[in-house]
Amino acid sequence: MLFLENILLALGSLRANKMRALLTILGIIIGIASVIAIMSVGNSIRTSVTSSMESMGANHITLGLRQKEPEEEVTEEGYRFEGETGQISMSEEDYLTGEMLEEAEKEFADRIEGVLLSEHVGEGKIKDGKLSSNVTVTGVNTPYLKSQDLKLLSGRLLTERDQREKKKLALISDRVVRKLFGGDTEKAAGSPIEVYLDGRYYNYTVAGVYEYDKSAFTALPEEYISTELYLPFETAREQMHAAAGYSQITLAARTGVDSRELSRELESWFNQKYFRHNENYEVSAASMADMVKSMTGMLTTISAAISAIAGISLLVGGIGVMNIMLVSITERTREIGTRKALGAPNGSIRLQFIMEAIVICLLGGLIGIVLGLMLAAAVTKAMGYAASPSVGGIVFSVAFSVFIGVFFGYYPANKAARMNPIDALRYE
Amino acid sequence: MENREKTIELTGIVKRFYIGKPHELEILHGIDLTVYQGEFVSIVGASGSGKSTLMNIIGVLDRPTEGNYRLDGLDISALKDQELSSIRCRKIGFVFQTYNLISRTSALKNVELPMMYAGVGRKERTRRARHYLELVGMEERLYHKPDELSGGQKQRVSIARAMANDPSIILADEPTGALDSRTGRKIMDIFHRLNREEGKTIVLITHSNELAAETDRIITIRDGEITGERRRP
Repeated sequence: MLFLENILLALGSLRANKMRALLTILGIIIGIASVIAIMSVGNSIRTSVTSSMESMGANHITLGLRQKEPEEEVTEEGYRFEGETGQISMSEEDYLTGEMLEEAEKEFADRIEGVLLSEHVGEGKIKDGKLSSNVTVTGVNTPYLKSQDLKLLSGRLLTERDQREKKKLALISDRVVRKLFGGDTEKAAGSPIEVYLDGRYYNYTVAGVYEYDKSAFTALPEEYISTELYLPFETAREQMHAAAGYSQITLAARTGVDSRELSRELESWFNQKYFRHNENYEVSAASMADMVKSMTGMLTTISAAISAIAGISLLVGGIGVMNIMLVSITERTREIGTRKALGAPNGSIRLQFIMEAIVICLLGGLIGIVLGLMLAAAVTKAMGYAASPSVGGIVFSVAFSVFIGVFFGYYPANKAARMNPIDALRYE
Repeated sequence: MENREKTIELTGIVKRFYIGKPHELEILHGIDLTVYQGEFVSIVGASGSGKSTLMNIIGVLDRPTEGNYRLDGLDISALKDQELSSIRCRKIGFVFQTYNLISRTSALKNVELPMMYAGVGRKERTRRARHYLELVGMEERLYHKPDELSGGQKQRVSIARAMANDPSIILADEPTGALDSRTGRKIMDIFHRLNREEGKTIVLITHSNELAAETDRIITIRDGEITGERRRP
């Protein structure tokens, strides 16, 4: 019944001591703002990391080789030591081969879209006299190129025929074109380029120009940016004199296929068929969905941990509220005595002061939320992520403010409620 | 007089402090006192005579160590704190020497306060508070805060506050003690009027024989005992 009255009373007594109220509230503001900022920044990072991982291919499954666990942990001499089961180097027969992949594609034809192959050749420079542009040279097959979803500005993409015939063709970014061809993409297509890589010069012809994805790493200065230069996969492997197998490959699942389920099936299929008799290695498969999940979990844990540290400042703020409530109650002893003489029951005195503490904390909480969100927006903008306020964090903060009010307000309020009215009235 | 209803009935009231300790102190040594409805009684005594302790007991702010207190037929000693609050709220109106108004709120809000604790609705509260402030001649100062009022005006607000829940008893502890004699006179006039026109039982605690002489009955207290009782001729 006295709910609204108490809120008005509380606001009135805060107004009577503006400076003191502000300083007390400040403790809560800082606490809540830092929790909100951290949670929101964490949320933004999580959202962008997840979406950028998914843009790399939400339907991708990565197959890799993993060293087998020794089957017998206990030998006659006792436990094996870690050092005895060290890394066993991979030999040619351990690798995944083209035949295996073809078999797998046949076996899971209805669910696999394609096998994405890429070969990292190295970091190089395209040179034209004094002009140069950094490139990361990568050999890719057609499904890989397709999964990159490149926006072609001129020329054409690499075709199956280019792959088969191991043509010396390259796809370059518009950044390279801006540096070396003065931004003329039409002129660039079909032109020869010279790439300096690992102390040697290689000559290619530009097949096409793609648009560089501006959203990633925009904060980096121009000279550090290295854009991808795509070669046909087989061309790259020939140039590198690469071995016949692969230690890691990526598969794309067809749309609508549960990639996590498929990755588990692939793993056991490969291990049953090809790696059962391999003593050292087995295949491990991980879907992008799994990786996103573990990444998200990790980021959530980190931001929760930092938030908890920020939460300590809330505790300090709460103690400040308790302190000021105790001061306020001592100052208002006569008022409390008067109220009691006029017939206020203990419960109503207690409620009055708890409400006052709640109002302080809630006010601080609301200002803190606004400041925290502003801070988070500024930080995420500087980091180049999209702002993503944590709704859960806001709800939590409001609830937690009220909780702090009740928790730290209860003791002073109870002290007030239990004052002896005669002593309180006589208090000077 | 005896055919009127009894309001306050004190029998054998003893009040001790620091019970069981070496400096145990007995302030009241067996007080018998009856106040009838509609009476204007004064309790006179020097400071240290025990009159404040007696007032606290009459005002249900404190319990007697021994003896019996019946207020409108209700045995007070058997009640819990919560019930005592409720009795203070509805049956007793306090007027203090130092006014004890809440300084942050207006005269009107101060008068509304006891009604808030009695659970009176907001509109009704304001209506009644205005009425009582008019009764004490403060209708021009409804929205003034206590700091903006003179001593006499503050005391009028506090009388209006004492009237708020229409109590049967008004307990005034040195109500003119902090006022000059002219203002004090006006306050006494208000008490007389409330007694005469509103039929309130008024218990006035004072050390001034002059003020006491205006009341129906003067009870003198000295060293914790009633030493004299005189009716106005």
